[in-house]
Amino acid sequence: MTLEHLPALQVVLPLISAPLIVLVRRRWFAWALAVLVSWISLAIAVTLFLEVGRTGVITYAIGNWPPPWGIEYRVDALNSFVLVLVSFTAAVVAPYARISIAAELPREQAYLLFAMFCLCLAGLLGITITGDMFNIFVFLEIASLSTYVMIALGQRRKALVAAYQYLIMGTIGATFYVIGIGLLYLMTGTLNIADLAGRLRDVGEIRPLLAAFAFITVGIGLKLALFPLHQWLPNAYAFAPSVVTAFLSATATKVSVYVLIRFYFTIFGTSILFAALPTDEVLLVLSIAGIVTASLVAVFQQDLKRMFAYSSVAQIGYITLGLSLANEAGLTGSIVHLLNHGVTKGAIFLLIGGIALRCGAVTFDRLRGIGRRMPLTAFGLVIGGLSLVGIPGTAGFITKWYLVLAAIERGYWWLVAVIVASSLIALGYVWRFVEAAYLSPPDERSVKQGEAPASMLGFAWVLVIACVYFGLDTSFSVGAAREAAVLLIGGAR
Amino acid sequence: MTPELAILGAVAIPAAGAVGVAACGRVPNLRETVTLVAAALLFLAVATLVSPVLAGARPSVRLFEIIPGLPIAFEVEPLGMLFALVASSLWIASSVYSIGYMRGNNEAHQTRFYVCFALSLAATMGIAFAGNLITLFLFYEALTLVTYPLVTHHGDDEARRGGRLYLGLLLGTSIVLLLPAVIATWSIAGTLDFTPGGILAGKVSEGGAALLLALYMFGIGKAALMPVHRWLPAAMVAPTPVSALLHAVAVVKAGAFAVVKVIVYVFGTTAFGPETFGWLPWVAGFTILAASVVALRADNLKRRLAYSTVSQLSYIVLAAALLAPLSIVGAALHIATHAFGKITLFFAAGAIYTASHKTEVSQLDGIGRRMPWTMGAFTIGALSIIGIPPAAGFFSKWFMFVGTVESGQYLALAVLALSTLLNAAYFLPIVHAAFFRGQDRRDDHGEAPWPAVVALVATAAATLALPFFADVPLELAGQVGGAPK
Repeated sequence: MTLEHLPALQVVLPLISAPLIVLVRRRWFAWALAVLVSWISLAIAVTLFLEVGRTGVITYAIGNWPPPWGIEYRVDALNSFVLVLVSFTAAVVAPYARISIAAELPREQAYLLFAMFCLCLAGLLGITITGDMFNIFVFLEIASLSTYVMIALGQRRKALVAAYQYLIMGTIGATFYVIGIGLLYLMTGTLNIADLAGRLRDVGEIRPLLAAFAFITVGIGLKLALFPLHQWLPNAYAFAPSVVTAFLSATATKVSVYVLIRFYFTIFGTSILFAALPTDEVLLVLSIAGIVTASLVAVFQQDLKRMFAYSSVAQIGYITLGLSLANEAGLTGSIVHLLNHGVTKGAIFLLIGGIALRCGAVTFDRLRGIGRRMPLTAFGLVIGGLSLVGIPGTAGFITKWYLVLAAIERGYWWLVAVIVASSLIALGYVWRFVEAAYLSPPDERSVKQGEAPASMLGFAWVLVIACVYFGLDTSFSVGAAREAAVLLIGGAR
Repeated sequence: MTPELAILGAVAIPAAGAVGVAACGRVPNLRETVTLVAAALLFLAVATLVSPVLAGARPSVRLFEIIPGLPIAFEVEPLGMLFALVASSLWIASSVYSIGYMRGNNEAHQTRFYVCFALSLAATMGIAFAGNLITLFLFYEALTLVTYPLVTHHGDDEARRGGRLYLGLLLGTSIVLLLPAVIATWSIAGTLDFTPGGILAGKVSEGGAALLLALYMFGIGKAALMPVHRWLPAAMVAPTPVSALLHAVAVVKAGAFAVVKVIVYVFGTTAFGPETFGWLPWVAGFTILAASVVALRADNLKRRLAYSTVSQLSYIVLAAALLAPLSIVGAALHIATHAFGKITLFFAAGAIYTASHKTEVSQLDGIGRRMPWTMGAFTIGALSIIGIPPAAGFFSKWFMFVGTVESGQYLALAVLALSTLLNAAYFLPIVHAAFFRGQDRRDDHGEAPWPAVVALVATAAATLALPFFADVPLELAGQVGGAPK
């Protein structure tokens, strides 16, 4: 009975917990409910993932209105994987948040953050699970609005500017997206993704489709911080509370990438995408530009959070790079990097949260000698950094393997050179941290000594260990990504 | 102990040793005991594998898959057996030596030092027993990373600079060149298992193979082929036991080992001809001579030894590139013989520094009278590197010489002959100065602490004794080259 309603519960539980938190207004209650909801979400997501593996696609008609008229939730190999990623991140971040939020936010605002966290989680899960493109827009707005609030709760005044900047950019993105789906609706008369994919094949007039495609690409490109639409991201990540940065970096952009993949491969298909338009070339060039410039900019940052924010822009470039290659290896690399980069960046930003708690600021001059004072934090950051570089034994290596393989299969040897060269730049900025942490005299101003509290450190290390685990045993990560890639490539033909 | 267990043990024992060392960090004597016990156990585990391998068995272990179809896999073949034997036996000697050196110089952070040391041995064993390229690559990168804290041990600006060069060059070459080579091999051959006869035969043109070979040869930066050799002299900022075991044996031999392994088991010795391999002897030959000349001009003793190592590593590359069965036997043997000779030389250099704080060649006049044991061992090591019988180095060089004649590569023969002269020119003056000059010096130091002296005398003795117990290494090397016994 409840089992068949799992797709709805996946979204509904976090959605209703947000108003509950606002009603009760107690910090401890807010935290406990957020933890509980995120853990239940994870359990649901894992159940759905296993169920999809066993029986194939699961569909759920909201309110018993059958698709394509009603809203359909549709779980397949691709989005069940993303659901697991999002809810897993939430399940790690939520328990971590208690001390970090208490330290970074005034007492009376803490419950608000947890409410927004639940809303954001509901939005992200909703975007992922729904099979209706207007419903995606609704959840996109839920996730975005709650994100603006969470960023604005950052305690430096610049957080307001960053949130405002993101608000403007995000709204433009959402508007573009809704124009795009409006055009699609105009042409086909349906909003259901599976239905739409079938009907688009019969549409003779291709020009409105191309316009829709362009609007959606730009709109989602803004949300996922595709170069050069990434301007909002570094500020948003740098000034948001640590918990928020960790959660967003691991989930928000990843979910947007998922939407892009869904539109590209399930709806438009390779015939429109790559035959009628130079999509692959454009995406390839933008990805490379993003990877190289953002990595280079990251090298020169003075603030650790900003540095890794720019690194995120570069890493998103890897994901879109795999999409642009549009072969099985490339797509596998992209999809598996959703997870690999999610756990890596999640781990990094959670550990940085610990440093922020102990040192006050996370600028390079403050974290000199941190290797001795916070050995576990610093060592975890080194592992996360190595994963960004793509050292074997870490999750990042797996992605790099598939991207290079995809480039070789395409015969793009120059692209292989670009990918490996960008790893070297990553090595450059990661090693700045290593030298500051281990080979510099300690900074005297950081009064509070010692490691971050055990609960923060412990949950951050869950992600660090995941980051190593997914670099060694890839039966889950690559297995799921490959299945999804085969499905997408097959469906796109 | 079954062979499979011994393979896993070889990687796990040093790793467990590292944990033990970290746990006993506050009690130095106990900590050093843990290191010594781990070293002894490792050697025993490796030694149990010798007789099955000699009998023709190839024990193997497959673990989880890192990429679908590509597992972490170990397989013991003769070359890896030889390398593992050398590295594990010398770890015992260098552990004894480290105790004398680190305490004699009052080095800081000794626990971290021993932890990283043990971890680097674990990585070395992983390289030696790797059953496919991905496993080799994994442990190869791990070795770079765990040796970085050893290179930057002193934590000053010089260490930081040396560390940057070390890490930048080693990780840089492996990411930029080696990784694409490995992935391309996977894309072309569909397998990465080390297979006698190679996996690329008939699947790629001669020209393509030449390009791939270049990616491998320069990508394996640890083999220090010019121009990617600069990390090795830079690594000399490390404490001398690190230079001795890692930058004369484990790390650099991991490079040379990977080169031979790739040539023999990925390309195969018969599948590709001079169009693929023709360029490599030139580069190796140039490295041999150029590095020897630099060594000749270097006044800093460790720097001179480092460039000597660069040159000697290219012997191995050169010999393997000739593809003649006997030269490959020579290459395999040289991994062992050079290790014993060079570690003795580094031990001596460290002992001199510990006892007298002298680092330059020009300061060594008359030191042989104050430190007779050390300089005696140094002399034996130098003779071995030059290749004068009965020291071990003679035998590997002999096979290389015969290999060049066999394959008709007289230019390579000339390079070997010339470099032998150069070796003599940069080592013998040190010996001469130590024993026959500086009669008027009035230094008051004696020998280094006894563990250091015991270790270097032991490795010198092994250098002399190796030829008389050569059955095992010769048999193993012979199996690699496929040469008649």
